[in-house]
Amino acid sequence: MIPMQGFQMDLVSEHRLSTMSPVEKVRFIIDEVKSGKILVLEKGLSPEEEAHLIEMTMTLIEPDGFSGIEMESYPSEVDTSFIGKILKKNALKSRLTVIGPADQLKTLKKDRDMISALISTTK
Amino acid sequence: MGVIRAFKRNFSDLFKKLFKKQNARIGIYGPPNAGKTTLANRIVRDWTGDAMGSVSHIAHETRRARRREGVTINTNGSSITLDIIDTPGLATKIDFHEFMEQGMDEAESKRRAKEATEGVIEAVKWLENLDGVILVMDATEDPFTQVNVTVIGNMEARSLPLLIVANKVDLAEASPSTIRDAFPQHPMVSISALEGKNIETFYEELAKRFG
Ligand SMILES: Nc1nc2c(ncn2[C@@H]2O[C@H](COP(=O)(O)OP(=O)(O)OP(=O)(O)O)[C@@H](O)[C@H]2O)c(=O)[nH]1
Ligand SMILES: [Mg+2]
Repeated sequence: MIPMQGFQMDLVSEHRLSTMSPVEKVRFIIDEVKSGKILVLEKGLSPEEEAHLIEMTMTLIEPDGFSGIEMESYPSEVDTSFIGKILKKNALKSRLTVIGPADQLKTLKKDRDMISALISTTK
Repeated sequence: MGVIRAFKRNFSDLFKKLFKKQNARIGIYGPPNAGKTTLANRIVRDWTGDAMGSVSHIAHETRRARRREGVTINTNGSSITLDIIDTPGLATKIDFHEFMEQGMDEAESKRRAKEATEGVIEAVKWLENLDGVILVMDATEDPFTQVNVTVIGNMEARSLPLLIVANKVDLAEASPSTIRDAFPQHPMVSISALEGKNIETFYEELAKRFG
């Protein structure tokens, strides 16, 4: 029998991430993606965490090694609820996010409400 | 006498530093090759006569942020003075092979890739020190990229003003309406930074947003 070729995809619940600090979240994501996994985050990251993840990714890129990540999230929605308006800072609702190694995950198409991605099983 | 004069000069410098309102710092952001430096050059040339940085069809030409202080823009009877920061193109991945495909040798490509990663970090760090952002997009490309989403999200989270520029509208494939539909909550101007098309409207919008 031919061993099953494939990649691992982890669906990460909002609850799992909510127990982590921003630094832990970014570390967790980077470690998973560097080991070749594709992550689907139920709730995504805050814009600040996304920026931090991009920075961390850049520090880890190596020639002929890790070439970075592919990350796709939806534009966040500004919280227009009553509570959101009371809080001075703009409360943003982040949304589902897909993150994977750049050499294995390619975004085919994306619009406000749909992400279509291609996952390659050969590097 | 000289001492007193020097003292006076120092005092007036200090006075200026203490009481002069700081110019708004506006960062020019966007993916590699969107035309950020072409636009920065045009702004700086139009209002100061200088240039800002080099432009290339190869991505990650700008690998260090550059600041030009005190650019005064006069439009429609109003005047604003801004510090303009041209930033390296943001990306989530950088592969040196792409530069080799553009004809660079391996050593040079690797060096460019390394500098490009440092440039991205610098651009991300600058985000925390700005009063507003001009987000430049290539109107011939898909606007829903992570880089655009992340920059917009960071500005929204801090309630800072953002002006979206749909660039390269001189090209037949340009579709600025796709950009407008993607981010309807922010003002957008369509321009050609290269040819100067619609640049007056851009300056008016700039004064409105950041003045
Ligand atoms: N047709 C057309 N080409 C443009 C326009 N603006 C810039 N370009 C071209 O796009 C390429 C990239 O321009 P740059 O200004 O270097 O882009 P950048 O965003 O600063 O790129 P990086 O510094 O690499 O991130 C160059 O070949 C420019 O001549 C435009 O309005 N129309
Ligand atoms: Mg540039």
